[in-house]
Amino acid sequence: MAIIAISNLSKVYASGLVALKDVTLTIERGEIFALLGPNGAGKSTLINIVCGIVTPSAGTVTADGHDILGDYRAARRRIGLVPQELTTDAFETVWNTVSFTRGLFGLRKDPAHIERVLRDLSLWEKRDSRIMALSGGMKRRVLIAKALSHEPQILFLDEPTAGVDVALRQDMWRLVRRLRDQGVTVILTTHYIEEAEEMADRIGVIRRGQIILVEGKAELMRKLGRKQLSLQLQAPLAEVPPALAEHGLELAGDGHELIYTYDTKGERTGITGLLTALSTAGIRFSDLRTSQSSLEDIFVDLVKERA
Amino acid sequence: MNWQAVGAIYGFEMARFWRTAMQSILAPVISTSLYFVVFGAAIGSRVTAVDGVPYGLFIVPGLIMLSLLTQSIANASFGIYFPRFAGTIYEILSAPISPLEVVLGYVGAAASKSILIGLIILATAALFVPLRIEHPVWMLAFLLLTAVTFSLFGFVIGLWADGFEKLQLVPLLIVTPLTFLGGSFYAIDMLPPFWRALSLFNPVVYLISGFRWSFFGKADVSLGISLGMTCLFLTVCLGLVTWIFRTGYRLKS
Repeated sequence: MAIIAISNLSKVYASGLVALKDVTLTIERGEIFALLGPNGAGKSTLINIVCGIVTPSAGTVTADGHDILGDYRAARRRIGLVPQELTTDAFETVWNTVSFTRGLFGLRKDPAHIERVLRDLSLWEKRDSRIMALSGGMKRRVLIAKALSHEPQILFLDEPTAGVDVALRQDMWRLVRRLRDQGVTVILTTHYIEEAEEMADRIGVIRRGQIILVEGKAELMRKLGRKQLSLQLQAPLAEVPPALAEHGLELAGDGHELIYTYDTKGERTGITGLLTALSTAGIRFSDLRTSQSSLEDIFVDLVKERA
Repeated sequence: MNWQAVGAIYGFEMARFWRTAMQSILAPVISTSLYFVVFGAAIGSRVTAVDGVPYGLFIVPGLIMLSLLTQSIANASFGIYFPRFAGTIYEILSAPISPLEVVLGYVGAAASKSILIGLIILATAALFVPLRIEHPVWMLAFLLLTAVTFSLFGFVIGLWADGFEKLQLVPLLIVTPLTFLGGSFYAIDMLPPFWRALSLFNPVVYLISGFRWSFFGKADVSLGISLGMTCLFLTVCLGLVTWIFRTGYRLKS
């Protein structure tokens, strides 16, 4: 069941910049959805519209069935937002700023919940510290704590691990999975494709304000993923012999490596035929290995294809 | 109504006030004391009573208004400008809060701070001159009305400003001169006819006049006109704030 339904959403800024073009997208309850796209693709605009920060030019958005404009209070109560920029109240303490956010969302003080959130994010020891005294990574955690202070059903993470070290990034991944296990729907935008590959259930790719693809991660990898067979040759080749031209081989490693790319979803991989042809041509190899394209490769291909 | 949110904004803003208590409270007390030393004692001793009121006592309502106006504008404009500058305004915009609730929180806090400062100045004045307040309820009513009106005005400035320079522009170049020329330290009857007529275009004249009436029962203009002009300015500010939130001017793209 969809927890967010975006229908024919468009945004044209006063400057004339078209940020979103007729976007239709549904986010399923309880999933982790990764929105990928190059800089300026419209990711943040999309998130900011759903959260009430940017006004849409056309289209509708509902959060848990509540229209974000007509029934904004109910819609916004369900949403937590971690913005891309480290925007914090520098002079406030961690405890005060997180409690403040809970109050903004109309909820009574709940020190036990705030303590739980701060402990989950390893911020408990820093609860009385002023935010300006914290490191960038800690500030990022504070923003997440603020977004979780009102127990949202939907959490938007706009580039959550930008500028964050590896250990903290993995901490955050664990936190996101734990939230998903608790029933929170997580929508994240990221530049780190490995982040989407690691965490997302579904992936959407946005480019120039249009959603060009939405697919389950496993399905996407299966459909668009390609495998490569690399053969280390015993003797280098100056060029691919004409007899092997039909296999579409690439010569690499100064003639010491032959690369064969095949489709994982194809009925025939063509490997048997290739090996037979190599044997016939008297080409011997000392080693072989296969590799599968990553989500990053798929993403780069997708964006390139539509350019 | 999301009263929790109103309370959260109000509490957050007041906490900032107490955190900078030295600057918030001590500064107006010192400057008021200096005004009394300079205008009340040094110059006041050579000035005859104004409308039968000793000069040192006469300037008390004007001094309170001077601080009330500048503090209301400064507190409210900074209160809303700083989240815009720091980017934390995203929290306000994405929370389930109506524009009215946002205004209540920010303007309520700014007005509370300036009223508190006004009362502190009144208490400081009592150390220098024997205070006389003929209409204490009206005095409080003018204090409240002026604080709310100018906090709203400050809120508008805080939304309009796109830099710290602009934030200071209106208070420094418009409000402070209008306050000094609005009869803070003199009755406008003391001015030559031309300047007296010109003064009637200064809205601050009506605020100070009404406020002074609540102290001494004497005013430059009638109480009804003072009250009417203050309410008119309040309505204009309310209209501006409503328009800003309706259109999202400087708040939403």
